[in-house]
Amino acid sequence: MLDLPWRFIAILTANGILVGSMYALVALGFVLIYKATDAINFAQGEFVMFAGFLAAAAIGLGGLPWWAGALIAILGMIALGFALERVVLRPLLGRPIIAVIMATIGLAAVLRGTATLAFGAGIKTIPLPIGSSPLLLGPLILPPIELVGGAISLLFLAGFAWFFLKSRIGVAMRAVADNQQVAMAMGINVRRYFALAWALGGVVSALGGILWGAMLAVDNQLALLGLKVFPVMILGGLDSILGAVVGGLIIGVVESLSSGFLDPLVGGGTKDFVPYLLMIAVLMIRPEGIFGRRRIERV
Amino acid sequence: MLHSETGIFKTSYAADMALYPLPIARWTVAALALLFVALVPLLFSPYAITILNLCLIAVVGALGLNILVGYTGQISIGHGAFMSVGAYTAANLIVRLHAPFYLAIPAGGLMAALIGAVVGIPSLRIKGLYLAISTLAAQFIIEWVINHVTWISGGIESSIQVPPPSVFGWKLESQRQLYFFLLFFAVLAIVATMNLVRSRIGRAFIAVRDQDIAAEIIGINTFRYKLTAFAISSFYAGVTGVLYTYYLGIANYEQFQLDVSIDYLAMIIIGGLGSILGSIFGAVFITVLPIATRLFLTQFGDIFFSQAAIANMVSDLRLILFGGLIILFLVAEPEGLSRLWRNVLNYFRVWPFSY
Repeated sequence: MLDLPWRFIAILTANGILVGSMYALVALGFVLIYKATDAINFAQGEFVMFAGFLAAAAIGLGGLPWWAGALIAILGMIALGFALERVVLRPLLGRPIIAVIMATIGLAAVLRGTATLAFGAGIKTIPLPIGSSPLLLGPLILPPIELVGGAISLLFLAGFAWFFLKSRIGVAMRAVADNQQVAMAMGINVRRYFALAWALGGVVSALGGILWGAMLAVDNQLALLGLKVFPVMILGGLDSILGAVVGGLIIGVVESLSSGFLDPLVGGGTKDFVPYLLMIAVLMIRPEGIFGRRRIERV
Repeated sequence: MLHSETGIFKTSYAADMALYPLPIARWTVAALALLFVALVPLLFSPYAITILNLCLIAVVGALGLNILVGYTGQISIGHGAFMSVGAYTAANLIVRLHAPFYLAIPAGGLMAALIGAVVGIPSLRIKGLYLAISTLAAQFIIEWVINHVTWISGGIESSIQVPPPSVFGWKLESQRQLYFFLLFFAVLAIVATMNLVRSRIGRAFIAVRDQDIAAEIIGINTFRYKLTAFAISSFYAGVTGVLYTYYLGIANYEQFQLDVSIDYLAMIIIGGLGSILGSIFGAVFITVLPIATRLFLTQFGDIFFSQAAIANMVSDLRLILFGGLIILFLVAEPEGLSRLWRNVLNYFRVWPFSY
């Protein structure tokens, strides 16, 4: 037997799995939008942040109970998703990919500015009715908020997988993603499904915002989550929900282990860049990711 | 208008290949040269010169990014990091070996070009979104390396103090002296880019941008030209980093973070992709925007808000304005400010007989 600190590794891995499943939830918002509309949402982190601000403001300033705050965040993000699709994304259909990337980067700046302008820059909390005493499971110490977050994430990921595989709307969305013209010829209202995809992306971001906001507290640092999502998606494959889950778990564990073992050696901060190193390796070897579909390009 | 394009015949190859074939263009360039060399430094206040210096530095970086994004169709969200590579290379050379500026600037550029070409290697296999994300990764990794390797970053808060450049024995200490220094490099970058994009390399870049598979079929070595574009573009970025280091008197990685990369992308989107004039317009526009926002709010904002509230609002409003303008230009005028400028010119070209 190797002389490794197994207990330490077990704790780090368990933590990584929980955090990773919450990364997967944020990545899911991205995958939903990419799958259905081929648009890349560089503002995913800002979506999550904005939803967190909405919930925190409704609870903190409006004095509402937590479930009402969550509901307001979800409804607000649905409205935002519809509005953005109509005003920003629809005019950019068929334009080069950099146009969409830059538009969502611009969107990210607008959301960040608006959130602090409207709700104030101070740190806010989202009080969820979850205890704070950690759960002891053998050698593992699990914070309850991470457990609940992980469970909700996996629940929704399973729900969306079912939605895309079995439900009528989900199948229509896959058809739109596959080939817009053929989908149109089959009588699918392509624009409506585009708008729907953005609204769904909004719902998922709202859930992410509430869970992450409850875990970390809400301020504009929450938007940095968006940067974590890219390694997750590249690893798992851009258009795969299963990929988002697996990618999220891998990145969560890798991050947790690297911050446990590498940080003391090199002086911190490996958490932010080891996922990116992993991602570059994946890009060089298998750009479409673990579960992604390889695209064949024709002139 | 005052000039006519008729009656100008090109009788030699030299005339055909001139940068400015029309007399009016030559006069305009001469007038601009007079304006920027003689009048501006005389008439502008020291504060205005400081802002102008920032604009000149941004012009170099924006031109470089436009070669990559606007002409070759590749994406880079890592240009801020390439600038920091140039900045730290030059700062180390200056401090350790007392390198003069004419060695430090090319050295910074070359080092950035090398790193940029390495980052560009994945562009053979991946494009679009994937390339954007891999350059984003480069941004983080370079930032982390500079911040954690004290041999590069000089240790204390990752910053290196740099003495002002000296030209023929004169130390350029004031911003007004630095202005001529920066103007020289900005003009050099503009002329170099103008000549680059109409050369064989520039035409190959444009072919790769329009359809890279088709370009490969007609015999363009796509990989080589993509790498060349990354290297040239990063060279410009490196030079920008060195110039900015001279401007600040210090090399610090915090000046070259992700938001800088995004600022430069915004410059070329708002200015106009694949346009030299657009790069210049965009660089000036994005550099002046936050300053103008602050000035405007402190001047006129107190009608509605208290001064303290305004101080808090400025950075948020800048973000909203910045993002909003990017979206507005993408949706309403994808060819940017340079297109608006061309529309004005085209209107006056035949004015007043515009039928």
